[in-house]
Amino acid sequence: MSISNTIVVDGKVWKFGDDINTDFMAPSFSKGMEWEQAKKTILHIHEGFTEGVAEGDVIVAGANFGCGSSRQQAPANLKMLGIGCVVAESFGRIFFRNAVAIALPVMACPGISEAFNEGDDLQLDFEKSLVKNVTQGTEMQGALMPEDLLKIVRAGGVMAVLKEEAAA
Amino acid sequence: MGMTMAEKILASHSGRESVSPGEYVTAEIDVMMGNDITFADACRNLVDIGLTSFADPDKVVVCNDHRIPAMTARDAELQTRLREYAAQFGVKYFYDAGVGIEHTVLPEKGHAHPGHLIIGADSHTTTYGALAAAATGMGASELAYSMYKGSNWFQVPETINFVLEGDLAAGVSSKDVMLALLGKHTADKAQYMSIEFTGSGAAAMSVEARMTMSNIGVEMGAKFAMFAADDKTIAYLATRTDAKIEHFGPDADAVYVETHHMDCANLEPQVAFPHNPDNVKSISEVGDVPVQQAFIGSCTNSRTEDLERAAVILRGRKVAPGTRLLVIPSSQEVMMNVTKSGVLNDLVQAGAMIAPPGCGPCGGGSTGVLGAGENGIASTNRNFKGRMGSPDAFNHLASPETVAASAIEGKIADPRKYLN
Repeated sequence: MSISNTIVVDGKVWKFGDDINTDFMAPSFSKGMEWEQAKKTILHIHEGFTEGVAEGDVIVAGANFGCGSSRQQAPANLKMLGIGCVVAESFGRIFFRNAVAIALPVMACPGISEAFNEGDDLQLDFEKSLVKNVTQGTEMQGALMPEDLLKIVRAGGVMAVLKEEAAA
Repeated sequence: MGMTMAEKILASHSGRESVSPGEYVTAEIDVMMGNDITFADACRNLVDIGLTSFADPDKVVVCNDHRIPAMTARDAELQTRLREYAAQFGVKYFYDAGVGIEHTVLPEKGHAHPGHLIIGADSHTTTYGALAAAATGMGASELAYSMYKGSNWFQVPETINFVLEGDLAAGVSSKDVMLALLGKHTADKAQYMSIEFTGSGAAAMSVEARMTMSNIGVEMGAKFAMFAADDKTIAYLATRTDAKIEHFGPDADAVYVETHHMDCANLEPQVAFPHNPDNVKSISEVGDVPVQQAFIGSCTNSRTEDLERAAVILRGRKVAPGTRLLVIPSSQEVMMNVTKSGVLNDLVQAGAMIAPPGCGPCGGGSTGVLGAGENGIASTNRNFKGRMGSPDAFNHLASPETVAASAIEGKIADPRKYLN
């Protein structure tokens, strides 16, 4: 996914509402479970998601996605499920920062909820913050990510940045 | 042009004369905090890429607080890793199980000062804003990066000003003020902003009451949630640090993105209903809500004053049959204070269970979670579905006084009637 300057994601949309918190993405009651069992608790509040989600799917969400705790397992779990990107009306700042830190493409795009139905085909050109609804033939422009943060995502996350620095 | 507290701190820590909202800066960090959930992960991330030192281990503080005492062998083993990594990286300020919850311990041990820039791998790191520190939560990888570099990137936030006016009535506390603000303005009002609490109501609050406000600032989406440092701040830190502590506040002509006034004098006790901290009602609108568990604890509301106020309600009374009251003092210091003062005795006599200082059930990590179908009321910060036990439980948030009154009645109750 992180080929320099061309992070493009294409996938089937799962839709979520406002204030989806990190406890829903990494619930404390899944602590200690094996992955095969734990993954069935991720975003358990959306009927059909845990059974139906497939590698390469994407998430479209409302305001304040990822509010709550600082647990990095929240974006990490989405990445492990194979979620290609999250496009939301807005993000909880710690989740947004954690997603950048582990190179999960995330983009804020006001109006995105109205523009997609569940199951639509979404295409995101991450570098240009351009999101297409392939199913409906529409296109939207999200907030551009600053170059310094793009570099972190391109490198594969902050630890990859540190590794490159240490090797230099 | 004048600067807010957040702007002043990010400017001074990035070697600039001034900064403006929206700018990105690389800033030196004064204190970096990790806990038993995040610190070992952060260290393992570094070790995995061959990095085995911190920029300055004396700027790192580690607290073992979330899953103590260990309930499972796995937790105990994770805590062994925590101790090993703390030793390997030369961490001097390591507070092991029993010392208390990070957000009570860092202020108590004098680590958080006015004007500091602090990051913690825990969302409620905003608490230190009560001492005029710009303090915010990050994840484990960001903690690793920060500890190795001693610095990190920050976007300068806009600042929102909440002007608090009027004196709180008896039985009403800073928790009620913050819940009322959340109810009115909702959970993303301060998204990516720095909050400043100002006005006579803010000045009148004790340092501990301010900590409650700054702590839940993150439930409004805030990056920082700050009070100016005044004589109370200086008095609080006087016995806790050798550093010279001075007044610190925004410039008189600082620019705020929004300013909101709140009248504290007519405020009633507030309750957040399932399953969000901004789903708030005044106590007079609550109706009959039975509770099976009442919990006074967490980094939000379990300091000495919190337990003293709960004890005033509970003294000479009993917890209702069918309801259990769990009290977890937030640190060893708090535990000693309430032991000496007799407050602990009052709580136990009323029927409270007491557990050792730590996060307890708040994040679902330790003793005292709710079962399916149960109602809880807690002095904590989040009532998200499934956070404190079963996803089919119903948790409510309130002040320690309201939790205490609810324990007595076995249903959500107004504490003010127990004050006459």
